[in-house]
Amino acid sequence: MREEILRISGVNPSKCMKCGKCTATCPAFEKMEYHPHQFVDMVKNNQISPLLESESLYCCMTCLACEERCPRGVKPQKLIEAVQVIKLRASGANRLKPQDVAERLDPSLPQQALMAAFRKYSR
Amino acid sequence: MVYSYYPGCTLKAKAKKLDRYARECAHILEIELEEIENWQCCGGVYPGMADELATRLSPVRALREAGEKKQDLVTVCSACHHVLKRVNEDMKTSGEIRQKINAYLEPENGYEGETKVIHYLELLRDRIGFDRIKEKVKHPLNGKKIAPYYGCLLLRPFQVMNFDDPENPSIMEEFLLAIGAQPVHYALKNECCGGYVTVEDEKFASEKSSSIMEAAMDQGAKGMITACPLCKYNLENGGLKEDIPVYYFTELLAEALGVKEQEEGT
Repeated sequence: MREEILRISGVNPSKCMKCGKCTATCPAFEKMEYHPHQFVDMVKNNQISPLLESESLYCCMTCLACEERCPRGVKPQKLIEAVQVIKLRASGANRLKPQDVAERLDPSLPQQALMAAFRKYSR
Repeated sequence: MVYSYYPGCTLKAKAKKLDRYARECAHILEIELEEIENWQCCGGVYPGMADELATRLSPVRALREAGEKKQDLVTVCSACHHVLKRVNEDMKTSGEIRQKINAYLEPENGYEGETKVIHYLELLRDRIGFDRIKEKVKHPLNGKKIAPYYGCLLLRPFQVMNFDDPENPSIMEEFLLAIGAQPVHYALKNECCGGYVTVEDEKFASEKSSSIMEAAMDQGAKGMITACPLCKYNLENGGLKEDIPVYYFTELLAEALGVKEQEEGT
């Protein structure tokens, strides 16, 4: 599974020098059990099962602050997305189902929010 | 000058003002925006994984159509712009993605990322020029204090977006000065509004967007501008007791150019 994550994300976690800048800048920091730098470290060390089971997978807002501010070009966001994608690709693993959003459909919610959420939370 | 134009889904529905004023102002500025025929939704988010091909098809179709007409492709929505620019970069730089997508779409007429994708703000700055816009302003905003809100998608990753300094951008400030407003400097102009997470956790997105609006208000902002319908939605739903209006940048441009009637107090 580690190889698959590295292949689809194109990330090389060995480039990380553990400065923690990705986590320090992450706007979802307080919500995450595993922080961006931990994703990088845990994928590197093949500790993927805890990540797959963690709610942290769904905290990322894809703001790309971690990617922009990483001094080593590691792209932690891509790694988080890769673990999320692997999880969601399993049959029946969709995080978001159409019936779930009915109550959230307030009249001003832009279409792009639904489109993006379905792309991020289901396969 | 004629440009291809990609409005995107939200601009046809919930964000009609962003689209309408972009078109009307372009007309005043002697720019012709030719809407791509049969464009499809960009997908809302960039498909970051190397093996996601189907989700790259609709951006490529739009990019290729502009390319066939030898026109640059103008977008207004931050999300569409982000997705189109990054998928275009993939077609330019990833041999595998390019080969597979071209093999599916139309093998004899391959697309290799030739189209230049530009945001409407870049059109204003680089093709028309803020000086010229200033000359065309009929109703300047009289020094109204407006906070430019960039968010994430216009700026990052800089390596691909190449839009403005990702940590200290200035294009919106220059725009505001050109239409006679006073840009407000504040701390969180390029931080995340909460994005699509609002669908899953509205409260969390509200926390993000309300802290951004508060930072702008602390510096005296009387309004904010954005290029993104989802940023606007999140900022407006931050749940602050007192808040300030959030405008699409094209709305204020339209007001300044005399395309749109001036609003009370604006």
